[in-house]
Amino acid sequence: MNRYPLWKYLVILVVTVIGLLYALPNLFGESPAVQVSGGRSSVRVDQGMVSRVEQVLSAQGVQASMVQFDGNSVKARFETTDEQLKARDALEKALNPDPADPAYVVALNLLPRTPAWLAGIGASPMYLGLDLRGGVHFMLQVDMNAALQRRAEVLAGDLRTALREKNVRHGGLSRAGQAIELRARDAQTADTIKALIADQFADLQVEETAEGAEYKLVARIKPAAAFQVQAQALKQNITTLHNRINELGVAEPVIQQQGTDRIVVQLPGVQDTAKAKDILGRTATLELRLVDESTEGLAAERGTGAVPFGSERYLERGGRAVIVKREVLLTGENLTDAQAGFDDTQQAAVHLTLDAKGSRIFRDVTRENIGKRMAIILFEKGKGEVVTAPVIRSEIGGGRVQISGAMSTVEANDTALLLRAGSLAAPMEIVEERTIGPSLGADNIAKGFNSVTWGFAVIVVFMCVYYLLFGVFSSLALGLNLVLLVAVLSMLQATLTLPGIAAMALALGMAIDSNVLINERVREELRNGSSPQSAINAGYEHAWGTILDSNITTLIAGVALLAFGSGPVRGFAVVHCIGILTSMFSSVVFSRGLVNLWYGRQKKLKSVSIGTVWKPE
Amino acid sequence: MELFRIRRDIPFMKHAIVLNAISAITFALAVFFLVTRGLHLSVEFTGGTVMEVAYEQPADLEAVRKVVEGLGYAEVPVQNFGTSQDVLLRLPVQAGKSSGQQSEAVMAALKAQNPAVTLRRTEFVGPQVGQELVQDGLKALGLVIVGIMIYLAFRFEWKYAVSAIIANLHDVVIILGFFAFFQWEFSLAVLAAVLAVLGYSVNESVVIFDRIRETFRRQRKMGTVQVIDHAITSTISRTIITHGSTQIMVLSMLLFGGPTLHYFAMALTIGILFGIYSSVFVAAAIAMWLGIKREDLVKSGGKKAEDPDDPNAGAVV
Repeated sequence: MNRYPLWKYLVILVVTVIGLLYALPNLFGESPAVQVSGGRSSVRVDQGMVSRVEQVLSAQGVQASMVQFDGNSVKARFETTDEQLKARDALEKALNPDPADPAYVVALNLLPRTPAWLAGIGASPMYLGLDLRGGVHFMLQVDMNAALQRRAEVLAGDLRTALREKNVRHGGLSRAGQAIELRARDAQTADTIKALIADQFADLQVEETAEGAEYKLVARIKPAAAFQVQAQALKQNITTLHNRINELGVAEPVIQQQGTDRIVVQLPGVQDTAKAKDILGRTATLELRLVDESTEGLAAERGTGAVPFGSERYLERGGRAVIVKREVLLTGENLTDAQAGFDDTQQAAVHLTLDAKGSRIFRDVTRENIGKRMAIILFEKGKGEVVTAPVIRSEIGGGRVQISGAMSTVEANDTALLLRAGSLAAPMEIVEERTIGPSLGADNIAKGFNSVTWGFAVIVVFMCVYYLLFGVFSSLALGLNLVLLVAVLSMLQATLTLPGIAAMALALGMAIDSNVLINERVREELRNGSSPQSAINAGYEHAWGTILDSNITTLIAGVALLAFGSGPVRGFAVVHCIGILTSMFSSVVFSRGLVNLWYGRQKKLKSVSIGTVWKPE
Repeated sequence: MELFRIRRDIPFMKHAIVLNAISAITFALAVFFLVTRGLHLSVEFTGGTVMEVAYEQPADLEAVRKVVEGLGYAEVPVQNFGTSQDVLLRLPVQAGKSSGQQSEAVMAALKAQNPAVTLRRTEFVGPQVGQELVQDGLKALGLVIVGIMIYLAFRFEWKYAVSAIIANLHDVVIILGFFAFFQWEFSLAVLAAVLAVLGYSVNESVVIFDRIRETFRRQRKMGTVQVIDHAITSTISRTIITHGSTQIMVLSMLLFGGPTLHYFAMALTIGILFGIYSSVFVAAAIAMWLGIKREDLVKSGGKKAEDPDDPNAGAVV
């Protein structure tokens, strides 16, 4: 009765082997590495970078144990930190000839030292959370009201233009918060306005109220459109943050959306919070200026003359000089959106949207300067770069600007991104912040590790002394539980935090419950005079119902934590829940397998080694 | 080895009144301290900034306090954290100043006083996030209670569900009472521990209820009180060994886990101790007073206990 069919043994074997394989990478530790990635959105790292890095390294006589390309960065691995530092300096010098304007980010990193055959089957170690490796964590809240107000501002401008084009005489148009208020003198005008909005402004919905003799129309952004505005604002802010963080030279920054209006930024290894915050909070500015096309200016542009008074020299991304006037026409504040797209002739173009004030200025400037060039300059770190300098072909009103001609779709995308990077879609503020020093991280790992080891050791000793052979089986099951737990967490690429380690310890402490239940039951059956074989069988059978019940109640608590927990509690909950599931397998199926393998074949079993079975006289 | 050599069923239920009175008094005290002293909520819930700094020598707390007071913070708690070199500061939220500015100003002032100081960690939580965490915590607690009650009501019967929840909620209140009495810091990790304890000690009640049901079926002649006594007696060895093992783990965290895990492990310790007590004595006694009977669990006639599809089969052959 205590024999498993072959397939059950096979299942146990396969699970154990897989568990061991996937838990294994966690033992290898990490090796120092240097990571090269693009420093600007316009710079992309590709396969060719690998050979370039190899060249630079061999020129310096630094031996990398591996150089690989992983989609958007090139990582070179080294045996010692000495070599790592040397390589970093060499690469920095070779790839960024101008230190003031780095095209690439060359960052120090730690890479898991997983052997190739393990990496080949997709096994990789758990990712250590910030509290274990040190770093900075920010949670930023995006001010969605501001994003919606901005959108309303744009729509108000568009509406004003549309009404003027159709010659509709309204009695005033203004933005009040996120709504646009319009007045109409008679019912007919009101109807015309409503028809126009329904026709051309799909994002707006109108409410009409009579106010004395006048009609008051209130147009609001539809919930669906508002949702889209928010989603876009969040996405744009994340993009902008990405661009800025690149500059910090962080190897593996995490920038994630959380909920509908929050962004989590984690910068492992960064200690200088002040700088990180400064960079996160900084707005790159965008300026529109006219190109100086006087004779002196043109001469300076060709490099044959000095830059005339009242003008400045900036470089285009291609490296060409552009001489622009000092007078700033518009700034990024007036730019509400920039999107890549196509113009009427199906050429790649960038579409800009300006707010009401910006549109007015832009119309005047373009009217007076047809045929001249205008430069859009992006200032970052106090340094300007001309994004584009197109020729003004005609007067542009309505705040919709299109830049086209001689650019590829990729360039259009990059330009749009750069222009958008100039401004955050909506202001953000830091609502949560954590900094963990590297020494504290190392301490936390050691503390967590010690807690688990000592607790585990004492339990194993006790079980083996108290239940003898059955105790050994229980301890093996407990060991497998730990292996499986680590394996599952590694497979999920879960982030391990200190609360996670605590949950691991607790999961082991609670998992032993199932084995105690089983062993006590077996003893009880023996006490009641059952034969050893049937006692084992009955013990496992009886205990199963109880184990299931008690694990489910514990699981309910774990799921509730998972549902409502955030940050550290979530890490705890994930490990807690997985630990309960793996313990059901290891303590029931696996330990039974061991018992069956040991005792199952002995037909005339006289006694089992489960410690003293005391019987009342 | 056999630690528990019990000849006869111990008449626990005879002393039900006394056992419950003890627990009722502890409960009342816990509520009293919760109301009068309140919980010492961590920055995660209240919002504010926590800074942990380390010195090379044992820190001069008085000097640190003076520096911080010099910056215009009145009554900032300055305490050692873990070792005498580590110092923990809690700064309240200041309107118009970001946390970064706050912690930088404090750090600069501390450096001026003693250049050997290093920043170990800072933690800032906005007041709004804090409020959300409180709400989410309460929601999680509610979900656990409802979930467990529904499960127990399905698996056993409503009387068991009610008594298990009463017994275990009173554990939660007692843990909170301890935190209120000693003014230990109540953080998110402690909340996680409290909820884990709730699931864990319900677990204990489940084991006993399983036994009660089984005994009702097997021992047709026993009355309710004897059945409960028998169930508790026959599981007591398992109860103590299991909780002992879990406690070993928790103790290991308490000893080796450092200050970060200290209160987490503390909450678990109290939870485990009171968890055993309440789920064994209180839950069983309440179930007894609610009037559990053999007829509630054992459906007479028709179905046999061996029926594998019987949802109530539980731990019976």
